[in-house]
Amino acid sequence: MLIDWFTVVAQALNFLVLVWLLKRFLYHPILNAIDAREKRIASELADADLKKSEAQKEHDEFQSKNKAFDEQRGALLSKANDEAKAEGQRLVDEARKAADALSERRQEALIAETHDLNQAICRRTQDEVFAIARKALADLSTASLEERLAEVFVRRLGEMDNNTKKTLTAALTASSDPAVVRSAFDLPAEQQATIKKALNDTFATTIGLRFDTAPEQIAGIEFTAGGQKVGWTIASYLASLRKESDEDLNQQTKFAATPQTKTVAIPVAKSS
Amino acid sequence: MNLTSDQQIFWQYGFVKLNGTMVTTWALMLAMSLGAKLITRKLATDGEVSRWQAALEIIVTGIGEQIKEVGLSHPEKYLGFLGTLFLFVATASLCTVIPGYMPPTGSLSTTAALALCVFIAVPLFGMRQLGFLGYLRTYVEPTPIMLPFNIISEISRTLALAVRLFGNMMSGAMIIAILLTITPYLFPIVMTALGLLTGMVQAYIFSILAAVYIAAATVVRKTKHSPKAEPAPKP
Repeated sequence: MLIDWFTVVAQALNFLVLVWLLKRFLYHPILNAIDAREKRIASELADADLKKSEAQKEHDEFQSKNKAFDEQRGALLSKANDEAKAEGQRLVDEARKAADALSERRQEALIAETHDLNQAICRRTQDEVFAIARKALADLSTASLEERLAEVFVRRLGEMDNNTKKTLTAALTASSDPAVVRSAFDLPAEQQATIKKALNDTFATTIGLRFDTAPEQIAGIEFTAGGQKVGWTIASYLASLRKESDEDLNQQTKFAATPQTKTVAIPVAKSS
Repeated sequence: MNLTSDQQIFWQYGFVKLNGTMVTTWALMLAMSLGAKLITRKLATDGEVSRWQAALEIIVTGIGEQIKEVGLSHPEKYLGFLGTLFLFVATASLCTVIPGYMPPTGSLSTTAALALCVFIAVPLFGMRQLGFLGYLRTYVEPTPIMLPFNIISEISRTLALAVRLFGNMMSGAMIIAILLTITPYLFPIVMTALGLLTGMVQAYIFSILAAVYIAAATVVRKTKHSPKAEPAPKP
């Protein structure tokens, strides 16, 4: 007989005992542990969700703040840029103005200095040239030269234009003082007579004359009447030469001084 | 040569006796209970889970999933009975690798006892779910003519459960024993491995059939009143 009924009952009981034992030691503990872990995981997930939502909220808040900050920063930066540009422009303008003023002052100073220097050089040159000329002419001057000068003077009286002649005639008639004939050397009586005659012929009247000696004329004869003057002297040539040289100098100064911002009229050195 | 371990009698007093089947069963019970006790002594609910705990969790949840797939929506109610059936049969089969071991499931008395437990458990679960009369009514459905067939079905399937498990387990042990005498080297090892597989399949079949019977007994009324629900699988 394959089935032993006592064993069947015993095995059934054994099985029921095993069911109880495994429930007690296996299923309940394992299922409880799984449930506890599931609960813990669920609570952790809920907690994580909460934290995530909080983090999202903070993230959004931070982003909005960041955006506002960026906008504010941009506005401030733009404003600062504008202000800096305006300030820079103002400073550049001021610097340009200051530089212009300085340049103008320097220009003026330079011009004044140039002018002074020119004048000094001119004066010095004139003095030197005239000194040399005077010395040379004085060395050359003789009575024969004086005669020649008197002849030239007489000829020039004859070549005088009508306007000058009228002016001098008016001056002679208006003045009560005698007319003056000035020469570098004492004129001999013969030449004085020649000159007197030529004057009387020229102005068609008898003129009261006085002959003066003026060594500074170097050579030549000068006729002065009522504030009007006519004559031919080395000094007047020299004066004309100095005037021309002054003009040349002034022209050179104009080119030398290169005006940057504005043209400044350079005063022309006047001859004495 | 003994066909089953029932024939190994250690002690007898009248009809009360202590045979190899009972002793082996006790040993298995002791091993399973002690193992479960040792592993579940320090269960971790957070942090790192031990390998043994993870293995047990896999086994328990796996059994629960299988029960749920059969159609029992609350597996924890049936886990004690069905899970123990599976674990006992599976452990008994696994231990065939131990030399000289004779599985208790190779005894028709044991398989009959297990089938008897299923035979009693099915109406008990059915009555718990449907009520006493509600369960009895399932025998006369769809018509009272089916009553004798239903009763025959109950008995025959119980018998089939017992004989199927017994036949498989006993034959496996027997084949290995015979092969050991004929070709003692490699071939018995292969057959042992095959026996292990057969044992696991039998454990699965036994417990899943029990689950199906219980499901058939507990969900029959629901299928009648809620036609949308799927009918419980019939064995």
